[in-house]
Formats: sequence, C-alpha cells, structure tokens
Amino acid sequence: MLSSRNVWIFIQAEKKHICHRSSKHFAGLNKSRDSSVITPSPLSSFSLSKSLSGLSAARRGLIHRKMSENGVTSRRSKVLTIDTMNATVKKVEYAVRGPIVQRAVQIEKELNEGAKKPFTEVIKANIGDAHAMGQQPITFFRQVLALCSYPELMNENSFPEDAKGRAHRILQGCGGKSIGAYSASQGIECIRQDVARYIERRDGGVPCDPDNIYLTTGASDGIVTMLKLLVSGEGQSRTGIMISIPQYPLYSAALAELGAVQVNYYLNEEKCWSMDISELQRSLEAARQHCNPRALCVINPGNPTGQVQSRECIEEVIKFAAKENLFLMADEVYQDNVYADGCEFHSFKKVLFEMGPEYSGTVELASFHSTSKCYMGECGFRGGYMEVINMDQEVKAQLTKLVSVRLCPPVPGQALMDLVVNPPQPGEPSYNTFMKERTATLSNLAEKAKLTEQILNTVPGIMCNPVQGAMYSFPQITLPERAIKEAKEKGQAPDMLYCMKLLEETGICLVPGSGFGQRDGTYHFRMTILPPTEKLKILLSKLKEFHQKFTQQYS
Amino acid sequence: MQPIGMSLLREVSPRLWSIRSSEQVALAKRAAQITAELQQGVKKPYKDVIDVSWGDAHRGGLKPLTFVRQVIASCLYPSLLNSESLPIDVQQKAQNLLGCCEGGSVGAYTSTCGIPKIVRSVSEFISRRDGGVESLPENIFITSGSQRSLMMVLKLFVQTERSARTGVLVPVPSYPYFNMALSMLGGVMVPYYLDEEHGWDVKVDELRRALHAARGHCNPMALYITNPGNPTGHVQNRKSIEDVIQFAAEENLFLLADEVYQDSVHDPESDFISYKKVLFEMGPPYSNSVELASFNSISKGYFGECGVRGGYVEFVNLDPTVMECAYTLFSTDTCASVLGQITLDILAHPPQPGDPSYPIFSEEIRAMKDTMISNVHRVQEVIGSLPGMSCQPIKGAIFAFPQLHLPPSAVQQAEKAGVNPDVWYSSCLLDEAGLCVGPGCEHGQREGTHHIRLCIATTQENLEEVLTRLSAFHLSFKSRFF
Repeated sequence: MLSSRNVWIFIQAEKKHICHRSSKHFAGLNKSRDSSVITPSPLSSFSLSKSLSGLSAARRGLIHRKMSENGVTSRRSKVLTIDTMNATVKKVEYAVRGPIVQRAVQIEKELNEGAKKPFTEVIKANIGDAHAMGQQPITFFRQVLALCSYPELMNENSFPEDAKGRAHRILQGCGGKSIGAYSASQGIECIRQDVARYIERRDGGVPCDPDNIYLTTGASDGIVTMLKLLVSGEGQSRTGIMISIPQYPLYSAALAELGAVQVNYYLNEEKCWSMDISELQRSLEAARQHCNPRALCVINPGNPTGQVQSRECIEEVIKFAAKENLFLMADEVYQDNVYADGCEFHSFKKVLFEMGPEYSGTVELASFHSTSKCYMGECGFRGGYMEVINMDQEVKAQLTKLVSVRLCPPVPGQALMDLVVNPPQPGEPSYNTFMKERTATLSNLAEKAKLTEQILNTVPGIMCNPVQGAMYSFPQITLPERAIKEAKEKGQAPDMLYCMKLLEETGICLVPGSGFGQRDGTYHFRMTILPPTEKLKILLSKLKEFHQKFTQQYS
Repeated sequence: MQPIGMSLLREVSPRLWSIRSSEQVALAKRAAQITAELQQGVKKPYKDVIDVSWGDAHRGGLKPLTFVRQVIASCLYPSLLNSESLPIDVQQKAQNLLGCCEGGSVGAYTSTCGIPKIVRSVSEFISRRDGGVESLPENIFITSGSQRSLMMVLKLFVQTERSARTGVLVPVPSYPYFNMALSMLGGVMVPYYLDEEHGWDVKVDELRRALHAARGHCNPMALYITNPGNPTGHVQNRKSIEDVIQFAAEENLFLLADEVYQDSVHDPESDFISYKKVLFEMGPPYSNSVELASFNSISKGYFGECGVRGGYVEFVNLDPTVMECAYTLFSTDTCASVLGQITLDILAHPPQPGDPSYPIFSEEIRAMKDTMISNVHRVQEVIGSLPGMSCQPIKGAIFAFPQLHLPPSAVQQAEKAGVNPDVWYSSCLLDEAGLCVGPGCEHGQREGTHHIRLCIATTQENLEEVLTRLSAFHLSFKSRFF
C-alpha cells in the first residue's frame, strides 16, 4: 500500500497551504468588498475563479450585513472535516484503485501532452478489465442489448431471430416494456428464474429456488450487502469476518467501513495458494479471543492468487464451517476461468448438496457471480447475482429491505446477466458464432496464463505459482535489503516502491502485493493475464529486464 | 423447506431490524397477486391493475427519447455505426463516447468518478445551467443512480462507531429511500415539517425548531432538501433557498440538495434555481464556506431512464482531505454503470438546433412537457372537485400528494384493524378499483393527516383512467362512512 503516512503528510501539507491561501483572500476581500473583487471560488479550495459579476455590490453588502447580524461574521469552520467525518470511512483503503493507478492515469496524460518518457504507452495490467485490454464482446449479447434499448431495430433484417426473441422476452419483464423502468429491488422476475435454471444445470440438477436469487450491481454489491447483514455487536461480540490473505481489497475495504473485525487466514503459497484447514482453525481460535467470527469468505477461483480449489478442499471447508457455525460466502465470479489441466470449477453449492442433508440442510451459504469476468468481461454493465442458501426467512425479509434502499440494479446489467445464464442453444441461429467466440476467448486466456507463469519463472528472484484460473498471477519477488530499507525510510511498502519504479521506468502498471495482504517479509505483485498475447510478451520481457536492473541497482 | 437450527444470521444489526418494512412493498405484492388472479380469469370490476406508486415515467407508458436510445444501441453494438438507418449525429455521438471508453467498449470499467470526458460534460452542463457559475470536474462523482450518490455521501457523515449519533434534518413529507438509507447507516432523522397550507413551503422557523429540539439527542450535521419536492411538488423560489442557505450557514449544517426533478417544473410562474447558483450569488462568506452536495439523475425529467441507473453528486466547499476519503469510498463501487454515464453525457449535451436529430428530439420533449402540464391540470381539477380530498398546487416534480380528509369513523375502523388509515385507503383502492398508489405514511406527514401519492408522469390516456378509478372509488368509500 502506499503508506497512509505519506498520504497523510501530503494531506497535511495541502491543508496548511489551503488555509494559508484562504485567509489571504479573506483579508483582501474585506478591503475591496465594494469594488469588483476576485473571490475565492466556492467550488474548490484549489482554484480561484471568476468574480461575482452578476451580483450588484449593494446586494453583496446587504448579505454581508445580514450575516453580521446573525453572528456569522468570520469564515465558519467546516461541518465535514477529517475529524468529524465517519471514522470508519477513513480506514478504508482500496489498492486496485489506489495511488499507483492514479499515477498511471497521470502518466498517460503526460504522454498525451507530449512528455518524453522511456516508453510510449502505459500498459495496464493492474485490473481485471478484459475489454480495456482489447477483448471483444460476445456479438449475441450486444445484439440483444441493442435491441432492448432501441426496439425499433427489431424490424432490421441484420439481427438474428434468436436475438430478437431474447430481447422481446426481456422487455416483457420490464415495466412499461422499457429497460428504462425501475425493476423490483431483487431483480426482474423472469431473469431470476433463468438464473435459477442456470444454477441447476451447472450443479448437475441441484434444485435452485428463484426466490433465493438477488440480482446485484456487480458482484461487489452483493458481497457488501451480505456483509452488512452479518455485521453486528460491539466490543468482544463485534462480528469478525474471515478472509483469505492475500485477499481482494473489496473485502477489507467493506469490513473497515462497516467497522467489522477482519480475521485473516493465510493461503499456503508453497502449495499453490491452497486453503489449509489447520490455518483456518488457528485463525478462528485467535479471533475468538477478541471478536465473534461469524462468516468465512472464500474466493474460488482465487483473486489475486489464481488457484482453483479441489473438490476435497471445498468439502473440508464446508465441514469446517458447519462445525464452527460459520456463514459461508463463496465469491465465484471466475467460475468459467479455469485453465490448468486437472483443475475444474466446483461450486460450493454443488459440493454442499452432494455432502448430504446433514450439511445441505444447515450450512448457510451465499454465492456470488457477475457479468464482469469469465469469457464476457462486461465490467461496465455492473451486472451480477447472488444466491442465498439456507437463509432464515425473517433474515431474508431484512435482506429484501436492505436491497430496496438502492432501488434496483441497472436493468441493462440484469438483461446481460440473463444472457449469460441463458446463452444461445444448439440449433439456434447464433449458437455457432457464440460458441466460437466464447471458446476463442477462454483458450486465449488459458494460453496467456501459461505464458505468464513460464516467463515469470525464468526470472531469478521471481517465483510464480501456476495460474490455474481467474485472471491474475501473483508472483513472489525477492527484493534486495537496500530496497526494503529505502522503502521503509520513505514510509512505503517495499513492493509499492518496486511497482512505482516499474511504472515510472517502463509504463507497466501492476498492483503491489501489500494491497492484497501477504505474509510478513514476503513481497508480491498482482499482474493480470489480460493484455493481448503480443503485448503480454513485451510486458513480460520489460518486466524481466526491469527486475534484473532493480536487483542490481540495490545490491 | 425451512431448515432447522437457522440461528446464525438471526443476529442482524439492530439498526436494520429497526427499519420499518415498506408498506409499499406489501401493496406491490398484493398488486402482483391481483394481476396474477386477473390473468387466471378471476372476475374483478377492472381488467388490469394500474400502478402509479412508482416515480417512473416509462412504467407509466411515456416513451424514451429516440436519440438517447439510438446512441445507447450504437454504443452497445457498434456495427450499427455502419448502418444508414441511424442519423449521422447519433453515429458521431456514439463514436465519440466509445472513443472515451477503455478499449472502445462500454463493457470496460471506468475511473472511479466516471469517464473523464463525461465528468467534464457534466461540469459544463452545471455551469451552463447556473448561468456561468464555475463547476469543476474534480468535484463531481458519477454513480449508478443518484440514490447511490446519496448513500455514499451519507456514509461520509454518519458515524458508524461513535456514541454521538449523527443527525440529518429531513423534510416531512420526504423521499422515503433517503430516510431508509439514513436509518440503515445509524443516522438520526430530525424531522422538519413542510407547511402544507402554504404550498408545502420550507419555513426557517420550523427548521430552527427542529434543529433545537434535536440538539442534545444527536449531533445534527446536515440538512436534506428535495427541490422540486418529492412527493410534495413544491418548487422553492430564490428567497426561500437563500433563507435555507443562511440558516445552514448560521447553524453550521452541510446542505444535501436533492435536485433530481430540476427539469420537471410545470408551473409557468416558477423556475428551478439550483442551490449552488443561489449560494454562489450570495457571495462570500456564504459562497466559500457553506458546504453543499447537489444531486441529479437521468431517471427523472424528460429522460426517465430509471432502469439505466445514472446520476451524479457535485460537492461544493468540501474539505480537500474529506475529498480524498470520498474518492477512496466511491472507489469501492469500482465505477458507475457505463450506459448510465453515457446517458448522462446526452443529458449534459443534448442535440442542438441544426443537428439532424434535433427536430425529433425537441418535438419529443415538447410533447412530454405538454403531457405533464395537461396532467397537472387534470389532476388538480379532478382532485379539487372531490369532496374530502385536497391537493396543493403541483408546481414541479412528477407526483400529486393530495390530503385525504377521512371521516373519523373511517380512521377508527382502520386503527381498529391495526393499519395506518392511508394504508387502509390505498389497499381498498387497490382491491376495489385496481389502482395502486403510495400511502402518505411512507413519506411522513403531520400527525392526524393522511395522504396518498400518485405519479403523474404517465400518458394522458392512462391518467384519465387513473382519475376515473380514483374518483369512483373515493366517492363510494366516502359514502360508506356517512
């Protein structure tokens, strides 16, 4: 992470600067109130702006007198300051959108403005955004969505019949037959039914009740909603939530904001980032000393670690949750992204039901999916769903209330989710194209997963586990003592220093491991496998070169 | 099948339990049930359920703007850009917008605050709207609907952990989802009553009373206003806004101005004036000290694109250190729905005279304006003629919020049944006439008064049917109690 201290120093400096500037303006203002004055802009403390030309001096004078009568004579203090704002929000950090990404944006701007750098473009391998890296959308999905937004296109011959049929069906489910109408908070009913049928197919017939499906604004909306439902209590009884380390920062950010206790369990890097029950047990027992751990979050396939859990492992985790009375949250947004031979995606729900009624009738589970990953990569639509299993009816009523506050998830995202769970079927006009596109995307990703692992492992000082699934590699990097020392002096995480330098020197944007959490004394970065193959090769060779140079420089 | 031993989640945050379940949800369920019965052939005195409980123009049968949907469709499926069936300015707009999406796709994430070019468009729009008052892109956050902005801003305020609970002054009647969001975060609603007899005016004395009554119980930090008013349909004039700003300045309150109905002013004597514009024109020290968050959306006005989810918040005078925290907080949403952002760009930069799409665009807007004005007129006329019902002038927004003067015997009967009288009225209206409205208690109202809310953003034809059903039911309901 960028040291919060550094941010703090920056903020403090800015604060002084601003106060200084403001008071200066105020002095000037009082002197020349009746002439055409330049006033500090109300819009930003950073900039000056136009004068109040539209307002007569007399009027300003009047207001000023009124102010004095009411005792508001000097600049009032701000209502919302770093001291008065919600204290838990201050603790929120979000590495995947953190300082390194902000710096990357700035560098891009500099390049556009003609600044000379040792590189010509910023390569963003920091975020799981397939389309940004050139992946093409699935034609059928976009055709249906275009038809839904502008139904007049139904008369065009250029759209296949199955796309028209799908669009028609979705529009029937919308208020006023428009994707511009609000939907029910839980989501459009026929779409929830389609999701339920998809889950049944995926899980080999395990039944799914559409009433347990909640459509969401991306998976993150569902995850945060469930956490809100889980978090309660004060002090020793405050809810603890177990999350993997490394983790996806959404979890730590949401927990910080909710004031919940983050309970870390470490993934076993030596065993390809697998989950150890003994580690879960250790973590849970340690947490029980100071909070009330109630839920266990699992990301499978793993983000940022790229592992795919075996069926046995999932079974053990479920047994552990049952024994310890933990609510299970299964983040399964990468369910189609499995590349390694011998690996297969098993949903927690399927395994749970195959374990028999002793488990399937009791263990509470929420599972999350999204339109943003897999072969679709449609992040911008903010589509997703969650399925809740074995949830108490009264609690479900609370959940329904909770989701109603955000009105409804974007309807185009709901429509897209519908297409994902109900794609073209054999015999339909769009089937062949759809399958061709889907397969091409997934096999391309598989190839890049392998390529990334192979090349990274040729670099001395970089150690990369197989990228079995998801969209990321999370290699461990060996950093020279001097680099670590320098970073610490700067109040920076050593891998942040590394990534920042990498960005400045090569234009490659990665996220430091410290943003995800890692064992003390180890350093990592997260790199997506999403850039087009040719660009990925260039990225990897630049990275290799940089790493060697960096190691030399600090030895 | 209800599993046994489901105790784990029973311990839900008391905050969440404490929030009243929406009566609206129960009514909506009943409406769906009736619709299903009708489809199964059950005989009722009506052939369908008309639902005017949502503030949703498309649901009410009003059509989306052609230009908006053409641009969205082209962005979704860029092959359409080669088709000759779409006007050239649609193609240009779509191409332009795709050019600012990463990878040229609306499927990519955007920056936390929104696509930078669209954020700039929004700032230009605000500045134009406010007669040149500067608006800086860095103070704007685009979100998946303005409700999301409201929730995020509340998160900045409302203390999660501290014992002194954060208070927010909230109008009565109010927009219920704001109140719900506030309660869920653990904030305290500090009610101030709008003056129904005077067209739902905001009165500073009442604000002061409410504030002083709250001090000691909680820590009031902000003042929430909807202008034009939901559900009340009032539009504040400049003087009224100035008074509120001055009050906020004196009492050190952060202003939350919900201005999503800014394009919905129907009264020829009224104008929408933004809080920001007034604040700026009041000059310093107001303009450089009063903190303000202003909200707008694509869901209302002529767009009515609720389902697409697009909105924004503009901060004024926000402390820069808080701004840093706000950025991180908004980041946890990753980004706003891209189609919502695109629609917002069209709202900010609609077709101009001379553009090929302008004639249709302006015609559609004119037609919608005419419909709204005619609807307002008809609603006032019909409700005004009904005994036992009265409605303040609907100057803006998209609702009628008439008061029901219920006979005491009706009130008693409802109370005996353990329901709020306006809920009871609404459910009888639904059952007997197939008309679904919102009960006033959802929004809050003075003790002993009863209201209903109906959305008037609908086709004229539909509105006539709504009014016919409402009148017939109301007269029959009344006759039962005399």
